[in-house]
Amino acid sequence: MTAKARSSESRAGPTRIRVLVAKPGLDGHDRGAKVIARALRDAGMEVIYTGLRQSPEDIVAAAIEEDVDAIGLSCLSGAHMTLFPQVVRLLKKKRASDIVVAGGGIIPPEDVPKLKKAGLRGVFGPGTPLADIVAFFEKNAGRS
Amino acid sequence: MPARPSRKASSPSNIGAKLVGQLRRGDKRAAAKFISMIEDDKPGARDALRKLYRHTGKAHVIGFTGPPGAGKSTLISRLIKEFRRRGRKVGVIAVDPSSPFTGGAILGDRVRMAEASQDPDVFIRSMATRGYTGGLALATFDAVHVLEAFGSDVVMVETVGAGQSEVEIAKRAHTTVVVEMPASGDAVQILKAGILEIGDVYVVNKADLEGADAMVSNLELVIPERTTWRPPVLRATASEGVGVKEIADEVEKHWEHLTASGELAARERARAETELRGALAEAALRRLAARPLTEKRLARAIERIARREIDVRTAAEELL
Repeated sequence: MTAKARSSESRAGPTRIRVLVAKPGLDGHDRGAKVIARALRDAGMEVIYTGLRQSPEDIVAAAIEEDVDAIGLSCLSGAHMTLFPQVVRLLKKKRASDIVVAGGGIIPPEDVPKLKKAGLRGVFGPGTPLADIVAFFEKNAGRS
Repeated sequence: MPARPSRKASSPSNIGAKLVGQLRRGDKRAAAKFISMIEDDKPGARDALRKLYRHTGKAHVIGFTGPPGAGKSTLISRLIKEFRRRGRKVGVIAVDPSSPFTGGAILGDRVRMAEASQDPDVFIRSMATRGYTGGLALATFDAVHVLEAFGSDVVMVETVGAGQSEVEIAKRAHTTVVVEMPASGDAVQILKAGILEIGDVYVVNKADLEGADAMVSNLELVIPERTTWRPPVLRATASEGVGVKEIADEVEKHWEHLTASGELAARERARAETELRGALAEAALRRLAARPLTEKRLARAIERIARREIDVRTAAEELL
């Protein structure tokens, strides 16, 4: 849709990318998740921030109600190999595999290919520039 | 401004009927998609709303407003549990502001409502104001309709406590709950804040903090006596669940009052008027967008007004 066609049809501007930012598991460090949420908001996205200690079931239930285009997971406890793929599996079970899943945190490089194989579209370790993460969501959200 | 690439497209005319059928059967994904379709004003959205409308109007719509940090989300999360305990199906729409600069938004009300996500009889949706600074987007009202059709007995709408939206939610909701907290101002502050005419139930939350008694008596002092319903002032410590049952009781008592007194019909008309005015403004904007106000058209009109050939209002009408 061209920008012009869009503006003549829509009531409040263009459609917006919606991203759920969630922290599965038990670690209590959500500073990184908040920084990501802020960066995505500043890039014009609507970020549903769900806070700490969410189970994969909570996250998927919220993602479906919010009809998000993507989920950004943050985990610093080392449990990412269990929790991240579980979110992907539950989405599949709920027939919501069109929702893109990305994850970040303290993730050893050797885990990255395994997570991608498990269905995560993006995996971001420590030191990833914010711009890369924003670009990932702009490029991938809502496109499957 | 990132545009969301469109999802798999179905024929716009079938999609509405299909979604209505699915969400009537309790399909959360369908309800969620329906709300997105309205928010984004996708093709077929208006047709879908037409099909939806006859399934709406059965829920008790409760608006919540008050200053940021007063504890609206926490109170709503507790009320979800209380209403579920009473066997009600519950819908929640939590509105947070969009950035006027980037259009982005952080919607954080779910943080306090996480426990309810997996309950099939609870539906929580966060919405950004998108361009409607200080007011509620028409899409918010439509989303209420979706949750009504989804079968909610109670729909709670949480608004950003800033100016216009408070008044709008009061016109839209059957019952408006104003949430205040201690030490947020004296009686004069309350008087000038303009919250006095809109509340049906007042809550002083964080009542364990110093100043709660003063806040309660200030509110009681300045809340006008109405002819048929005296808005109660209740204390609560929502984070501990204290006072929540009493709030639910008063909210339900207000509903009984509305139905028994016949005021419900008046509220429905007020609701219809609010939505109609919103829809008219929107239609006008859309028409403007379809036939843009070019500099040339404007200049011609200005010239004619200056020559006294046409008056300002007629010119404005013609430009639309």
